Formats: sequence, C-alpha cells, structure tokens
Amino acid sequence: MNSGRLSFLAGLVGMLLIGWVFFPSLLYQKEPQPLQFSHAVHTGEAVGMTCDNCHTFTADVRSMAIPRLSNCKECHSEVLGESEAEKRLVDEFVAHDREIPWRTYSRQPDNVYFSHIQHVQIAEIECERCHGSHGKSETLTDRQINRISGYSRNIEGQIIPGLRFKAWDRMKMDDCSDCHDERGASNSCLKCHK
Amino acid sequence: MKSIEISPSQYVMVIDADRCTGCGACMVACAIENNVAPAHPDATDRTGVTWMKVVKVSSGNNGDGKPACYLPLPCQQCAAETPCVTVCPQNAVEVDQQTGIVFQMSQRCLGCRYCMAACPYHARYFNWWDPEWPEGMEQTLNPDVAPRMRGVVEKCNFCHGRYQAARASAAEHGQASSDPVTYEPACAQACPTRAIKFGTPANNEQGVGDLVHSSSAFRLLPRLGTEPRVYYLSKHKWIRQMAQMEKETSTGEEVHG
Repeated sequence: MNSGRLSFLAGLVGMLLIGWVFFPSLLYQKEPQPLQFSHAVHTGEAVGMTCDNCHTFTADVRSMAIPRLSNCKECHSEVLGESEAEKRLVDEFVAHDREIPWRTYSRQPDNVYFSHIQHVQIAEIECERCHGSHGKSETLTDRQINRISGYSRNIEGQIIPGLRFKAWDRMKMDDCSDCHDERGASNSCLKCHK
Repeated sequence: MKSIEISPSQYVMVIDADRCTGCGACMVACAIENNVAPAHPDATDRTGVTWMKVVKVSSGNNGDGKPACYLPLPCQQCAAETPCVTVCPQNAVEVDQQTGIVFQMSQRCLGCRYCMAACPYHARYFNWWDPEWPEGMEQTLNPDVAPRMRGVVEKCNFCHGRYQAARASAAEHGQASSDPVTYEPACAQACPTRAIKFGTPANNEQGVGDLVHSSSAFRLLPRLGTEPRVYYLSKHKWIRQMAQMEKETSTGEEVHG
C-alpha cells in the first residue's frame, strides 16, 4: 500500500472519529436523572410489577405517563433495602412530599401531538414496540439534550449515521409514519401535528 | 367547476348573523385558545393576526330595517378547489379527509404568502413580527396549540387542539379514532348570544344538520365553488345577497375588538 493511500485512510478514519464520536459529545449535553432507579428490580420476579402498575394513561395528553410520587409512596413510605438511592428517595422526596423531577427521554417537540391512550388502548401496541427493553434496564442513563434543537437524543436517534435497526433506535417523524403505514393508520398531518 | 357535497361526518360551523352583536368575544376567546400573541404596536387591521375577525357590513341603506350587520369571519374551510392548498409550493396546507379541517402546517411554511393572495375570504394571516407575550403571560399559553414564529402564515383550524383533546377522551372510553367526536371551538363557546353553532351534520350536534338546509342559510361567495364549511344564517335578504357579491353593493369593512 503506498503512502498516499495510507494517509488518505488515516485521514478518513480521523475525520469519521471526529464526526461520529467527538462532535456528538460536544453537541449533546448530558443531564443525569435526579435519582437512580432500576426497572429490572421492579419488573423482576421478586416484585413482579408490570408497566401499567406505575405508568398510567389518561385522556390528558400532556401527562407523559411519568409516575408520580404517590406511586412510589405506596411501597416506599419508609426505607426498603440498603441502596443509596432508596435512602435519598425517602429522605429527599417522600419525607417532604416532593415530586421527583424526572427527565423525560421521549418528550416530542412542541408541535407534535401524541396520545399514549390511542396507541396502547385502542391500537393495542406493546410498550416494548417503542421503548424496547427500557422496562428491564438496571440503571437510568443520562438524558442527552441537543444543545441546538433542545430535543432529547432519544428522538433524534442514538446511532449517528441515522440508521434504525430497532423501532426504539429513533423516534423521528418517518419512524412514526412507517408504523402508521404498516398498520394502515392515517398519515394525515393533522393526526399528529398541532 | 366541479361541486362536491360536504360529507355529513365532517365538521361545519353555522354562524347566525342576525344574532351576532359584534361584541368580539369570539375574537378574544380565539386568540387566547390558539396562542395568538397580543398585537405588535405597529400592527394594523391588515398586518395583525386575528384567526377570527368580526367585520361590520353596512347595507348602505339607512331606512331599510337593520342598516348594518356583523359577520364573524373565521377560515371558511373550503371543501372544494381549496385555493390555499392549490397554490402552496411547500405542501404546507392539508385538507383532512376525515374531519374536513383545512390545516396550516406552519413549520413547513416558507412565508411566500401565495395562500393569502389566493384566499378569497382574507382568512389567512402572516406573522410580521415575532410573537411576544407580556412578562408572565407566556405562562397562560395553551399547551395543546403550538405557537408560530415570525415569517409564517397561520389561520383558524376549527380549534384543532380541542379536537385532539376530544379524540383522546373518546379513546379513553374505548371509541375508535375513526369515529367523529363532539367538541366545541373556543369562539362558539364564548359567544354570549350563541350565534355560533358547531358540529357534524350526521350527528346533528347543536342542530347544525338542520340549520345548513334551512332557507336562511347561505355561504360566502358561493359562485367561486369553494364549498365552504362555514355557513351563515340570516333572515334579511340584503345580507344573503351581499354574500353573493353578484351585484354592486356599498359595503364598508370595519374591525371591532
């Protein structure tokens, strides 16, 4: 291999690293969750809860189905177990009746209308279809906010080249409309925009 | 020009011109509901944003009964040959087949204002300035309606946010999304004389199914063949004739509110 080709390849790899690794780390601001939480413990065999035990939907589309403190308080009125997060939950939130300011991974832009109730109750779509194995995760990852657009990286996609292998890799408009097409749901602008 | 029959499951608005007192409550309710910012100090009747606009129409004949009337003018939601759809280079206007609502996708709009030139009813408005709310008032914004930015066109969409909310509560009760839902736009709700009726003719909510076929029902500029989904009612012949705009009448427009 001659040196020209070698330096071209080295440059290409270098630029790809800058574009796909270095730049995204600059672009996205990491916001840690206020409290660590393990979905796996709650949905595991010992506790055996299901998604809808805490994530309840109402017709109010503004509610993101993020559980409220009252859900936690049903069991965690006092410290259960040894973990640091558990102690903080009781001391900082339950004791003062203060809601936990969870950071929503999947908040859509202002002009998007999304109703869980229509997807879960009427279309009977499983939670895993869009949220993947989030219900079995051990820890909560940092929310990554695009410094320019202000949108969460879960919307724009974790995979920088813009590929989608699983439904939950990305939550852009095309991803919504692909599923609407598959199921014969309307793709009229008005269905999802406001 | 082909004329189409409005589907009975699509929404229509029926405005009783004889009941309208020109108070402008509908204009205020509309602006609050749809996050229309208070007018810029330099805004005029032509450059302000008023999705619902009450115009005063004079008969030009002081001795002949009621000399003037007020007509609330929202987007007429044209069902046929919808002029704004045809001219838009961005595909930013869409007529929803299920509800019949003509929807402006402000995020797609490039601000060329062809649609404003094409609209025979002057129902479209351009954002000449950034929307600005006085300190603290931004907290009263309606989360069901996305605010628009400077440089795009906007218009009435039959309170689409309320439609979405009604659809969500219908879903909560197990109703499929293809079924029509009952809701009321902000202008109709605010009208103190109940001059604005709204619903689908099929379900005959608020009696609109009967009203659109009554002898006093008329639509604006019917000769254009745009088949508006906004109907007006008046027992006065001169008002009905004025809407035809076939013979020369002395009309003077004046904005109130």
